[in-house]
Amino acid sequence: MAEAQLTLHQVNVNVAVGETSRPLLKNIDLTVAPGDFVTVLGANGAGKSTLFNAITGDKPVAAGTITLAGEDITRARPEHRARLIARVFQDPKMGTAPRMTVAENLLLASRRGRRLTLKSRGLKARMAEFQALAKQTTNGLDQALNKPTEELSGGQRQALSLLMATMEEPALLLLDEHTAALDPHTSSEIMTLTNTIVQQEHLTCLMITHQLEDALAYGNRLIVLQDGQLVADYAGAQKAALTRADLLQYFA
Amino acid sequence: MMSLGVSAIGQGLLYGLMGVGLFLTFRILDFPDMTVEGTFPLGAAVTVAAITHGVSPLLATLLGMLAGMAAGAITGFLTTVGKVPVLLAGILVMTGAYSVNLRIMGRSNLSLLNKANLFGTKFLQALPPYFDSVLVGLVVAVVVVTLLILFLNTQLGQGFIAAGDNPTMARSLGIAPARQEVLGLIVGNGLVALSGALIAQNNGYADVNMGIGVIVIALASIIIGEVLFGELTLSQRLIATVLGSILYRFVLLLVLKLGFSPNDLQLISAIVLAILIMIPAFEHRFKVRRVLKNGVKRNG
Repeated sequence: MAEAQLTLHQVNVNVAVGETSRPLLKNIDLTVAPGDFVTVLGANGAGKSTLFNAITGDKPVAAGTITLAGEDITRARPEHRARLIARVFQDPKMGTAPRMTVAENLLLASRRGRRLTLKSRGLKARMAEFQALAKQTTNGLDQALNKPTEELSGGQRQALSLLMATMEEPALLLLDEHTAALDPHTSSEIMTLTNTIVQQEHLTCLMITHQLEDALAYGNRLIVLQDGQLVADYAGAQKAALTRADLLQYFA
Repeated sequence: MMSLGVSAIGQGLLYGLMGVGLFLTFRILDFPDMTVEGTFPLGAAVTVAAITHGVSPLLATLLGMLAGMAAGAITGFLTTVGKVPVLLAGILVMTGAYSVNLRIMGRSNLSLLNKANLFGTKFLQALPPYFDSVLVGLVVAVVVVTLLILFLNTQLGQGFIAAGDNPTMARSLGIAPARQEVLGLIVGNGLVALSGALIAQNNGYADVNMGIGVIVIALASIIIGEVLFGELTLSQRLIATVLGSILYRFVLLLVLKLGFSPNDLQLISAIVLAILIMIPAFEHRFKVRRVLKNGVKRNG
């Protein structure tokens, strides 16, 4: 087996409640191989988003280590980790700059995690490339390259967020219920696009979802969080054999 | 009457720099920076004091601008490192700057009588009355706006816009919004201080109270530009702000012509700004923008 892409070793995250602190994540051990597409399930408050926030550095870990692409990132600042980690949020508004155009957003994302200099942004030279990229979404995004993103539909915005997150092939892609705010039709379109891109680019990906069908249909591995602990981990054939009923027991 | 109009254009251009400086924080980064009420007189005080101590007007003007940038950096430090809410951080620096300005000038009003200043060159003085301020204002405004437009189209400039537009997204792309905030405060207050330095030289004195209400003037410039010109690109909006500043000077001229006392100007400025800001709330009901646009077309 190839070397691990992401490793969490005995990770604990606490939240302060008045004088005391309450654990949000308890001794999480997780190893993800390169190219793994892991769906993350769990009830509200189980610690799914906290897991993502610990990986991105938005929540400090109390104990344990996080290693990504061979680098110990446990104490690295979120801006530094952005070079390696891309994230798509549930709210389509979170992933794009509303007053900037689609092309400007793509241009920003193409320089993810790199130093900003006083060199000209060089937008014109990349328009053809962005056009081709946007065409992949098949929802008219390529016709809207010069539109401010606030004028896009939720589906277009989320497709753009997904392109922005994946265009520089991040070491880790985090999808945080990224289709939950969309209507069923658009949601399945975005899910299909997600799967295509993740397979094409061989991305390592964690996806939080509440849609059991999506959790079953996509990915090669499935983990379940309960009360801040990792309570189940199905991979390969084991995951393929799972049914809706198997998963429902974790939400009883 | 003619020369009053020319004077209004000159003053509008010089005050327009302040509007452009505030635009960076108010419109791009999306927070109101009260520091400007302290940095405008700070730029004036430093420049006038330096000139009275024998420094060349050009260098003195640059010193005034640098002082404003330093004050902006302090507000930036308070709000990003010290976690002081940005509105309060601005008020703190503005309040502290009052005492600093008195120290720098040694008194509350410092005259430039018989001293050299940027407007005192032979060439400028040979021009018809008030054309000196128009020419200087025009040159500085063109240089500043051009540099800002170039900056906004660099990689850093795009990161700056993104940080104001969506800090969460900026952070997820590796852009630290706090750094952009400090950058905006430094550059913005530098321009506000530059505006103060030029206005003081044009008026022939610096006064410790000249900062009172300037944020209202700057906001009015920005919002007049927006109300009049509507949908524009970011670069065009910088130019609209300068034009808004000139138009605002004509509004004041009109108000004085109507017989109001200069003492009433602060109240009138506040009322004008309040009405302008309320326009979008009423716009769809009364189609105010169209009425305003038509009014402008008919009058000139």
